Amino acid sequence: MNIRLIGITALLFAVPFYTQASAISELEAEYQSQGSGPFSAAAGEALWAKEFADAKSGDKRSCLTCHTADLAKEGKHARTGKVIEPMAPSANPQRLTEVKKIKKWFVRNCKWTLGRECTAQEKGDLLAFLKAL
Amino acid sequence: MKRKLLTVSLLMLSTAMLGISGATFADDDDDRKGGFLNRWFGGSKPGVAPVENPQYLEECGSCHFPYQPGLLPARSWTKVMATLDNHFGENAELPAEDAKMIKDYLLKNSADDSNYKRSVKIMKSLRTNDAPLRVSETPYFLKKHDELTPKMVLNNPKVGSFSNCSACHTQAAKGSFSEKEILIPNFGAWEDD
Repeated sequence: MNIRLIGITALLFAVPFYTQASAISELEAEYQSQGSGPFSAAAGEALWAKEFADAKSGDKRSCLTCHTADLAKEGKHARTGKVIEPMAPSANPQRLTEVKKIKKWFVRNCKWTLGRECTAQEKGDLLAFLKAL
Repeated sequence: MKRKLLTVSLLMLSTAMLGISGATFADDDDDRKGGFLNRWFGGSKPGVAPVENPQYLEECGSCHFPYQPGLLPARSWTKVMATLDNHFGENAELPAEDAKMIKDYLLKNSADDSNYKRSVKIMKSLRTNDAPLRVSETPYFLKKHDELTPKMVLNNPKVGSFSNCSACHTQAAKGSFSEKEILIPNFGAWEDD
């Protein structure tokens, strides 16, 4: 087998991991510059599962409400029922590869779940938990 | 000779009349063909203009059916885009530049000046300043869905809500809502008899 072909193939396989690592490290650096860190996967996992009462309805909400307990599997939007692709990067290599997308969903989903924006520390912890899945 | 000409013209005239009456009285609801009068008064193109904007599909379609801009007037979309922080009870905020892009797309392709049949009918069912936030609140929509029972939609686990267009309208994503394409989960095809 042609050695160049092997090289190209290896590079192609590495691309998702590289972009994921770079998106996460970019965000981690940003959160650190805001005075947070070090980040803890255990704290992220606890926050992921923590239930918050919605101020209006009183309903209990957590990340699990839509993403469900098994992050290697599809989730389901609590309101519309639309399928949510697996959250674990091992099951869905597109996850955590785009800074803009991560930021957008942190805004939306922290506000929906916690009723407020997440702090830099919380976001760093959540990323530490999710990136290892 | 003169007589023959008269017969031919009469025949042509009656054929034309038949064509008109067919288009007038047949509420065929087929999105693929537009009758003669339909083309004049109901929009010349069938259904509603399909979404061809990848960013719209991504930003809006990741949580719900990506409603075609031609399903509501611009004044409705303006209201929707002004309240993304409380989007029917959900937070759907977008970075400012993305929100602007989406809003521009919605306004440019709204139902107001569309010549697609469904857009024209929705617009005609609204009063001048009506700005419904939901397609399912428009009089045209309500009229078209008034025979459905709670069992078919609200209490149907595979449908759940009138907002879930594609649960029954199998070609909804393409902007086609023809009756022939309806398949209600656990009930089957829609037969309007």
